[in-house]
Amino acid sequence: MEKVQTVEGRAIPFGRKNVDTDLIIPARWLKTTSREGLGAGAFESVRANDPDNVFDSEEFSGAPILVAGDNFGCGSSREHAAWAMLDLGIRAVIAPSFSDIFAGNAFKNGILTVALPQAQVDRLLEVAKTDPITIDLDAQTVTTPFQDRFTFEIDPFRKHCLIEGLDEVGLTLTRDDAISRYENRLSADKPWLVRGTAAAA
Amino acid sequence: MLGSKRYARYLRGMASKPRTLYEKIFDAHVIERRDDGTCLIFIDRHLVHEVTSPQAFEALRMKGRTVRHPELTLAVPDHNLPTTARLDADGKRIPIADKESRDQLAALERNAPEFGVRYFNETSAQQGIVHVVGPEQGFSLPGTTIVCGDSHTACHGGLGAWAFGIGTSEVEHVLATQTLLLRPSKTMEVRVDGELGLGITAKDLIMHIIGVVGTAGGTGHVIEYRGKAFEDMSVESRLTVCNMSIEAGARGGLIAPDETTFAYIKGRPLAPQAEEWDDAVAYWKTLYTDPDAKFDRSVVINAADVEPSVTWGTSPEDVVPIGGTVPAPESYDDPSKQDAARASLEYMGLTPGTRMQDVEVQNIFIGSCTNSRIEDLRAAAEVLRGRRKADNVKWAIVVPGSGLVKMQAEAEGLDKVFTDAGLEWREPGCSACLGMNPDKVPSGERSASTSNRNFVGRQGPGARTHLVSPAMAAAAAVTGRLTDVRELTREPA
Repeated sequence: MEKVQTVEGRAIPFGRKNVDTDLIIPARWLKTTSREGLGAGAFESVRANDPDNVFDSEEFSGAPILVAGDNFGCGSSREHAAWAMLDLGIRAVIAPSFSDIFAGNAFKNGILTVALPQAQVDRLLEVAKTDPITIDLDAQTVTTPFQDRFTFEIDPFRKHCLIEGLDEVGLTLTRDDAISRYENRLSADKPWLVRGTAAAA
Repeated sequence: MLGSKRYARYLRGMASKPRTLYEKIFDAHVIERRDDGTCLIFIDRHLVHEVTSPQAFEALRMKGRTVRHPELTLAVPDHNLPTTARLDADGKRIPIADKESRDQLAALERNAPEFGVRYFNETSAQQGIVHVVGPEQGFSLPGTTIVCGDSHTACHGGLGAWAFGIGTSEVEHVLATQTLLLRPSKTMEVRVDGELGLGITAKDLIMHIIGVVGTAGGTGHVIEYRGKAFEDMSVESRLTVCNMSIEAGARGGLIAPDETTFAYIKGRPLAPQAEEWDDAVAYWKTLYTDPDAKFDRSVVINAADVEPSVTWGTSPEDVVPIGGTVPAPESYDDPSKQDAARASLEYMGLTPGTRMQDVEVQNIFIGSCTNSRIEDLRAAAEVLRGRRKADNVKWAIVVPGSGLVKMQAEAEGLDKVFTDAGLEWREPGCSACLGMNPDKVPSGERSASTSNRNFVGRQGPGARTHLVSPAMAAAAAVTGRLTDVRELTREPA
């Protein structure tokens, strides 16, 4: 995972609430076996129905930030939603709240999810129309050229992983001894549980 | 990490503190608790399907990693599979026409044996939708942690498991380590007081609950469904309830296991056998919320308020009783909800004040991980027996949740009831739930669908979905419009 320190640049103002992952990337794009190239299908129905949509606008092309409404990323667990946004160049999403699964998927792909109160999100939606926004992960702040300065909360473990660019699987594999101890105890206490698909053999 | 003395003290403290069912399961799966509150959690069961796994297996391959416990993972294709015939007259597998689908399915068929994972191919009777297969095989068990790269994994909570959907990076993490790094969720109780009325199903109830809680109401929480309404339910109905927890924003939802649960599991192929059965049941009987345990949030629903439910909009929270009307956007206080309602009405082609029962449907879908088990098919067949679908219904399919459900339904003659009524009887898979395989609802047309999501474009671009129970979908097939099924099933006075 690439290290994340700051994300700055233009922000796509897309204030819609309850943006579901079907809207971010429709199912027909999910037949791929790769993580690449999904930007082409990102927000497809928005782009098809509105010729003046923010995703096709010259002005926001390559913008690293998306500003959205409440409950962003609800619905399906498809990580393709995070991959599609990465492919568009989006490195951070600011919204009043996020679905749990999407927030996890975004984090695993180095996309920052910044939760701010609705009033601050409304302000950023306004600024985004004309000016850039800066997110500083270390300081946990969102700032604008107009002296707006909003602070946000982030899980300390996630912050650490993002700043260091850590591979979570690699990190967990270093805990092999602890996992083995747990497994040994489980096999002794609940042998019926650990057979899994081998039970019928 | 907590030191071993501190950890022992912590465990003793835990034993005395009243805990919720979820907290008991969580605590039993903690391998390590980090000082920042993140826990390394052991995962007992992992279900894998073709859509969210190829990139995970590929990552393992590239990094030279193996699957830590192949026997704790079960792979089965479902999302992408066409639901038409799978074998030709000579018994040979019929190749899938769409190249991308074919390649993705082939990847799973290659990856599973390469990494030692048990795999049911699309011609086997055990194949089906992951969330139907897990419980059916006895792979999903009470008190376990169950994950799958699919948000409807909460379904298995119907057996008293803590089950939740994960992304592909987490699929990779589970394959490689059999663990996940998680923080404890908040706890939420949805208590239903009283008994459901005659003809009111688990689907009507969970849709009603989502309407009350809202699509983000359960975010950050694990829901426990409590009350007599759930105790009275079959396991199939409990799976339907828990399945849609994610539609209320909750990653997991569960119901305490009881004798109904144990009777359902006993004798299934991968369930504990022989003398181990009693040990398992003894443990499962400890899985309940302690009387004095506190939930972070509590929602109380009166069962008598629940009517047959139907959605009017493009979010699962857009629920009204079948006797209701399409709401006016101005009826909402929140301006952004008003905007969302306007957009929904435009997409759905509906005007405020229209009676739901006057809404015509051209498509009927009975299936999905929410409603494709034998009980669902029986409920639909009950309504359709001796009746015909209306002429304005152009496309009506019944898709059993697994090959075994299909065989059972055929043994009971349900397939004949459906085909006599003019509905198509299909092979198992996710089908028209998600517009990814050939089963789609045409743009601009409506469906009465037993699936779980009415999102824009979910059943195909431009498709207009009305979520309902299996009995209600069957009733809509008969009349060609959204219909209160009780009008068809009530005894004449």
